[in-house]
Amino acid sequence: MSDKPEIIDSSADARLGHLSVQNVSKIYDPHGAHVEALHDCSLDIPAGGFIAVVGPSGCGKSTLLNILAGFDNLTAGQVLIDGEQLASLDHPPRPGPDRVVVFQNGALFPWKTVLENVVYGLVVQNRFPESEANTMGMELLARTGKLDRIAHSYPSQLSSGMQRRVEILRALINNPRILLLDEPFRAMDTVSKTTMHRYLLEIYDQYHKTVFFITHDLDEAIFLADTVVVMTTRPGTIKLRLDVDLPRPRTRTRETMLSQRFLELKQQAVSAVHEEAKKAFERGERELA
Amino acid sequence: MWKLFAQQKYLSMGLGFLITILSWYAAVKWLPISSFQRLPDPLTVVIEWFNPDPDYGLSVFTRDYYLHIWYSTYRATTSFFLAVILGVPLGILMGWHVKVNAYVSALLSILRPIPPLAWVPVAILIFPGSEPAVIFVTFLVAFFATTMNTLLGVRSINSDYFKAARCLGAQPKDILRDIIIPGALPSIFTGLQIAMGAAWFSLVAGEMIAAQYGLGFMILESYNLVQYPTIIIMMITLGIVGYISSAIIRVIGNRMMRWREQTMGASLG
Repeated sequence: MSDKPEIIDSSADARLGHLSVQNVSKIYDPHGAHVEALHDCSLDIPAGGFIAVVGPSGCGKSTLLNILAGFDNLTAGQVLIDGEQLASLDHPPRPGPDRVVVFQNGALFPWKTVLENVVYGLVVQNRFPESEANTMGMELLARTGKLDRIAHSYPSQLSSGMQRRVEILRALINNPRILLLDEPFRAMDTVSKTTMHRYLLEIYDQYHKTVFFITHDLDEAIFLADTVVVMTTRPGTIKLRLDVDLPRPRTRTRETMLSQRFLELKQQAVSAVHEEAKKAFERGERELA
Repeated sequence: MWKLFAQQKYLSMGLGFLITILSWYAAVKWLPISSFQRLPDPLTVVIEWFNPDPDYGLSVFTRDYYLHIWYSTYRATTSFFLAVILGVPLGILMGWHVKVNAYVSALLSILRPIPPLAWVPVAILIFPGSEPAVIFVTFLVAFFATTMNTLLGVRSINSDYFKAARCLGAQPKDILRDIIIPGALPSIFTGLQIAMGAAWFSLVAGEMIAAQYGLGFMILESYNLVQYPTIIIMMITLGIVGYISSAIIRVIGNRMMRWREQTMGASLG
């Protein structure tokens, strides 16, 4: 390490995080119920890309995230990250600090302070002595939205938006190749959501990490991502891949979301999602009958 | 405002005591049921309790009074600590390893409902002398409460915490130290409160049957010797000692789990 290590490496030549999902399938309980959650999914996200995955409930979005995170194995295909094999049938993936998840319901450790949470990865990986990790944590907190003032609070003392910010920083400080965000703003009201979008984009514009973002919310997906992927209902396959060519930085929420291009993109995505939602609903009715 | 509230709180507490004592007095003195009159009235008890020269040999001025308290406290805390030392690790292990749980849980499910008193004869048979027998019986109940609540605590930890820790690079030992133990702590402390209560409960039962000293022993002994005020003195003493012991656990628990106090409500988002 150099004298003054930059916390998060964002220089272009060091850019990592090219994710390649190749023909991935996942069958739960292959010898029993045989539920096919994913069928022949392929995706390619360039290093520093922002992908948002939308689809009806139970379409396998979370299954895909669990495979990428290393919580679950796939049953066919493979996942490569910067050309290295991350997961295949013979090579079950393992969770690691190069792919950190931000969870749907929040998973800050309630018994640790904000700072302790943020530096947890650095300390537990023995990458830095605790005092140095704390300095780096404070610096990162201060730099992103002056969060250093809450460094010694416990998560339960913070609003849910604040908790999410801290959780994003806890992931970011590890300098991961990919940030995996599992519907992180789902339970939020519109105003907090907008604030969180701006915060996430600020971080994204600053550090250019590859982001894999799961959501139900089409507006959110188009507003944030470079690529929006619509998945089909079970078994999950990729129905539509939409390249979002809205200019960055997208700091002006309203301007972006009312632009002609945004509405066109939304139109395309809506019909795809609607079709799948209808299928999922009809199948639900069949299963009930 | 707080002062007023506190005053009102103490006022209500005092009133509760007063009503109880008055009813007790009334039951003994005015109720036309002769058997109730065998019970000493509150005044008699208090006079005996604080009598430098007690009629029945036990008051706050006698050495024996403290000897009984000491014996019971010693037995209860020994059993309690044994239960904690063995029960907490076992509960954590059961929550952590499916195999350990498979070995132990069925066994515990059968042993746990056996009331402590039922263990007394076996305990007296297998242990040399009554002292370890009483401690063993007391220990057993506290042990079950501690183990079960620890297991429950580990099971109740949000599974996302484990995933998050693994994402961040935690090894199994880190997960044990940083997730399982602090995550189970609230439930462990609930278990300790229950264990302490259960320990006193079975201790008194054990002492009544197989001991020469102690509050439980003295309650039965006073009954046999027709020293009725002493029974009441010992009962109230038990209440006070039991209350202090669980208060200590509560204070320690609150100190170890400061993160649970959510009173600040600092909404900064």
